[in-house]
Amino acid sequence: MRYHTPATFEDASAIAVAASGVTRFLAGGTDVLVQMRADIVTPDDLIDIKHIPGVKDIVQEDDMCWSIGAAVAGAELTAHEGLCADWPGVIEGMGLVGSTQVQGRATLIGNLCNGSPAADSVPALAAAGAEVSVVGPKGTRQVKVADIPAGPGRTTLAKGEVISGIYLPPRGKGGGDAYLRFIPRTEMDIAVVGCAVNLRVEGDKITEACVVLGAVAPTIVVVEDAAKALIGSTLDAKALDALAAAASAACRPINDKRGTIAFRTDVAGVLARRAAKIAYDRARGAK
Amino acid sequence: MPLDSKTTGFKYIGTRPDRPDGIDKVTGKARYGADAYASGMLHGVMVRSPHAHAKIKKIDASKALALKGVKAVVTRADFPTGLEGEDWNIQENCMAGEVALYDGHAVAAVAATSLLLAREAAKLIEVEYEVLPHVTDVDEAMKPGAPAIRAGAADYSVPEGLHPNVMRYIEYGHGDLDAGFAAADLVMENTYKTEAAHQGYIEPHACLAQLGSDGKGEMWVCTQGHWFIRRMSAAVLGIDVANLRVTPSEIGGGFGGKTTVFVEPVALALSRKAGKPVKMVMTRSEVLRATGPTSSSSIDVKMGMKKDGTMTAAKVTMRMQGGAFPMAPIDSALDCAFSCYNIPAVHHEGYDVLANRPKQAAYRAPGSPMAAFATESLVDEMCRALKLDPLKTRLKNASREGTKASFGPTFPRIGLVETLEAALAHPHYAAPLGPNQGRGVASGYWMNWGGETSVSAALGEDGSVTVSVGTPDIGGSRASMALMAAEALGIPYENVRVNVVDTGSLGVNEPTHGSRATYATGLATIEAVKQISTKLCQRAADKWGIPAEAVIWEDGCAKPSGPNAGEFPPLAIGELAAEMGGTGGPISGHFEATPSGHGGSFGTHIVDVEVDPETGYTSVLRYTVVQDAGKAIHPAYVEGQFQGGAAQGIGWALNEEYIYGADGRLQNTVFLDYRIPVASDLPMIDTVIVEVPNPGHPYGVRGVGETGITPPLPAVANAVHAAAGVRLRSLPMSPPRILAAIKAKG
Ligand SMILES: Cc1cc2nc3c(=O)[nH]c(=O)nc-3n(C[C@H](O)[C@H](O)[C@H](O)COP(=O)(O)OP(=O)(O)OC[C@H]3O[C@@H](n4cnc5c(N)ncnc54)[C@H](O)[C@@H]3O)c2cc1C
Repeated sequence: MRYHTPATFEDASAIAVAASGVTRFLAGGTDVLVQMRADIVTPDDLIDIKHIPGVKDIVQEDDMCWSIGAAVAGAELTAHEGLCADWPGVIEGMGLVGSTQVQGRATLIGNLCNGSPAADSVPALAAAGAEVSVVGPKGTRQVKVADIPAGPGRTTLAKGEVISGIYLPPRGKGGGDAYLRFIPRTEMDIAVVGCAVNLRVEGDKITEACVVLGAVAPTIVVVEDAAKALIGSTLDAKALDALAAAASAACRPINDKRGTIAFRTDVAGVLARRAAKIAYDRARGAK
Repeated sequence: MPLDSKTTGFKYIGTRPDRPDGIDKVTGKARYGADAYASGMLHGVMVRSPHAHAKIKKIDASKALALKGVKAVVTRADFPTGLEGEDWNIQENCMAGEVALYDGHAVAAVAATSLLLAREAAKLIEVEYEVLPHVTDVDEAMKPGAPAIRAGAADYSVPEGLHPNVMRYIEYGHGDLDAGFAAADLVMENTYKTEAAHQGYIEPHACLAQLGSDGKGEMWVCTQGHWFIRRMSAAVLGIDVANLRVTPSEIGGGFGGKTTVFVEPVALALSRKAGKPVKMVMTRSEVLRATGPTSSSSIDVKMGMKKDGTMTAAKVTMRMQGGAFPMAPIDSALDCAFSCYNIPAVHHEGYDVLANRPKQAAYRAPGSPMAAFATESLVDEMCRALKLDPLKTRLKNASREGTKASFGPTFPRIGLVETLEAALAHPHYAAPLGPNQGRGVASGYWMNWGGETSVSAALGEDGSVTVSVGTPDIGGSRASMALMAAEALGIPYENVRVNVVDTGSLGVNEPTHGSRATYATGLATIEAVKQISTKLCQRAADKWGIPAEAVIWEDGCAKPSGPNAGEFPPLAIGELAAEMGGTGGPISGHFEATPSGHGGSFGTHIVDVEVDPETGYTSVLRYTVVQDAGKAIHPAYVEGQFQGGAAQGIGWALNEEYIYGADGRLQNTVFLDYRIPVASDLPMIDTVIVEVPNPGHPYGVRGVGETGITPPLPAVANAVHAAAGVRLRSLPMSPPRILAAIKAKG
């Protein structure tokens, strides 16, 4: 195994392009190292991106968009007041990852690129409309987070492509987001169902919404019908029922050791209701 | 055994001093199984079957052996043949012979100069399998057509016509069952199932083994009982026990699972072949796949009850699989099933069944939690049907001194009634509950154990005392032994040092199992140090020129027994010890026996849960353990045992389970998916120590280690019923199952 510490994302990409065997980028390593120890993945080239300048930065740009470096750890996000105020749902998603120790290393981009359908930060990132910048052999491109996952353990990134940063849009007025997951314990577990809701209100009325489910299909599911159920409503009982029904209907889960199809389908609706209420309260509190 | 018992007026017993092994453990200095190194040491890695049941057609290690640094490969061919009975079972489990019997069964092992290299080499060992049909569920394994795992291995007890996977059959009881059921106002019968659970000890099995071509060897090992390890390893390898010296490391939990061998004989075999010491450390996945979890069970219980709660008759049929080997604990499960109650007619039936799973090992009160789940759930269901208070109903039928136990003998002094009364009086039982919350209670029993025990105590020149014991310290037993020695000698706790010594230093000791250490090793410690005080009285008598009978031992001093004995100032232990070299030589005491005066311990638990009706998620809000300790030597460690048993029982009840795929492979081989409760899943577990002294121990000790895991399974199920209105008769009561039950109820 070769271990690399490139100084730029262009170099990181070039190493990956030239590599012929199994390649992994190393951010926090909380997926990669675990997989190596368990003999699931044994990379021939391990490309550590943490030595690239700027990867630990959290910056609010002039347009109020948030730019987050590729190696920023969960603990740094949950301690960041500005981000917590703007995007509490995204931060609580990332904050659920692992334990205190894992939080010291784990990154948003690692969570995204590991490709788990149950990744906890991805639904809220997608619901927020977050984007990543991708550096590759053909140059740099901006991609919506929602377009990265391709299936369990797979992403849409091409060979040699590496993510250099993640961007959360300006929060603007009347916005609120929330993420909830179901696990059978209180922590140190993998989401059996996850649900993020991001919305905007004018007065009591919801004007924009996005609902994203995790762990109920091979990738996250952006549930358009669920968003429609919310938009124009004041989160009344009818809207909540329609939301829950749409969320459940969008599930394409599997039976496995972590949950059954019936359970995941039911609970997706339950979490959608609960997350929507939290996001709605946050949005109105923030106006 | 004549014992002058003392149950009150203690100076040290019942206090809570710091444990002597505490500082080393919290500073990381204590040496556990994997902390041993030897020069030239090799690392051993096991090759395991990926199939649940498969014929081993060929093992080719040539590629592995061609790697530089690979020193030895062993397969079953490197072990002696002709073993019988349990020795053969153990050998077969440590290294498969012709057939791999479960996913994770060891088929070969390799030793190399580094762990990485050994892991690499293990992957290069080519094993050719012919996959056979498999079965992992106990009920399926008994059905016609189920693959026979070891045809012809059943013992004499099995009636004709049963599936060859049934290894043993037990039937017993007393009283007129038909008359009992006829006399009842309500007869209920249900089937209950429990899944296998793992002890979940934090430290994986580990050892450092050395065995020479002369058949002499040494081993450092994480175990609950090194004489067991010695005997089993020697049997598996065909060497004399005296030639193998085994030293126990500190131990990071065992709960019964470390009373047998898994990697130890294999490490010795690798060492013998390579001519170097070999270290083997299991990974967590190996621990879950290939060490001994509990049996899984399927249980029918039937009970008759009068309107006033009087139990009239009860019948239990217990089916247990203990993996691909006999000895699932049907015996103790049946013995415990109705042990809490005085029932005129009882009948027990048990089937010990093979399945393609790892060989079960002991886990805290083996069999009793499963039996309690069935019986105590049914009792709760009947109390609901008859609108009776579940604690008062238990009290009405409770076993007490003189009751003919469901399993035969007549109970001596026991403390079930006291635990029930304490639970009834506890504020927890009357506390208000909120919406979606419910309360459950249950009782449980474990008979405890005495077992072979050998202890030495030696007096130091300054009057301090070293006690050598053979039972590894899992739950604070050094502190308890030191307290008992201090009490018996009348010297400060700090002046006693307790060492857990190797197999070369004492006679045979059974492991720290069966809740026996504080009872049996404690009894032996008291007797051994009393020999020291007797000898010191003799030295004082010689000095004073009076007969030894005229000298008594009190508060750490030899004193004349009364005015008639003469006027001499007391001689303190330190003074006598300082001059012992000149007054007759070193002084020590030794006691060995197989004490059988152990006393059973009963417990009653109260638990409040809240069930989320939309997700089936159960949170445990409040938990109280009431249990009879006989006498709590070090109350903090007694409480720790109560809490630990409850915590493990809650896990078994709610989320822990062995999940096998259709291919018979274990699907949850890491702690992420084998869901033991994490700290934030549990409330502070309250404890009430009841003390009904055991007449068989000088200070009244009963074992407390195991009973605590017996009531939680049914107590939680009963609470879930109260909270959610659904009865779960299969464990675990995971959220998908509870939600499905809630939906089915409508
Ligand atoms: C004990 C424990 C508990 C956990 N609990 C949770 C949990 O509750 N919820 C959850 O969602 N996850 C959990 N995880 C998984 C893991 O911590 C998260 O997925 C984490 O966010 C991964 O981030 P990382 O920086 O450690 O990724 P790494 O392990 O460094 O990388 C993960 C993957 O992303 C790729 N990658 C990394 N950086 C880039 C980049 N810049 N461009 C392209 N690809 C890249 C790597 O090649 C690799 O495939 C847990 C892990 C552990 C060990």
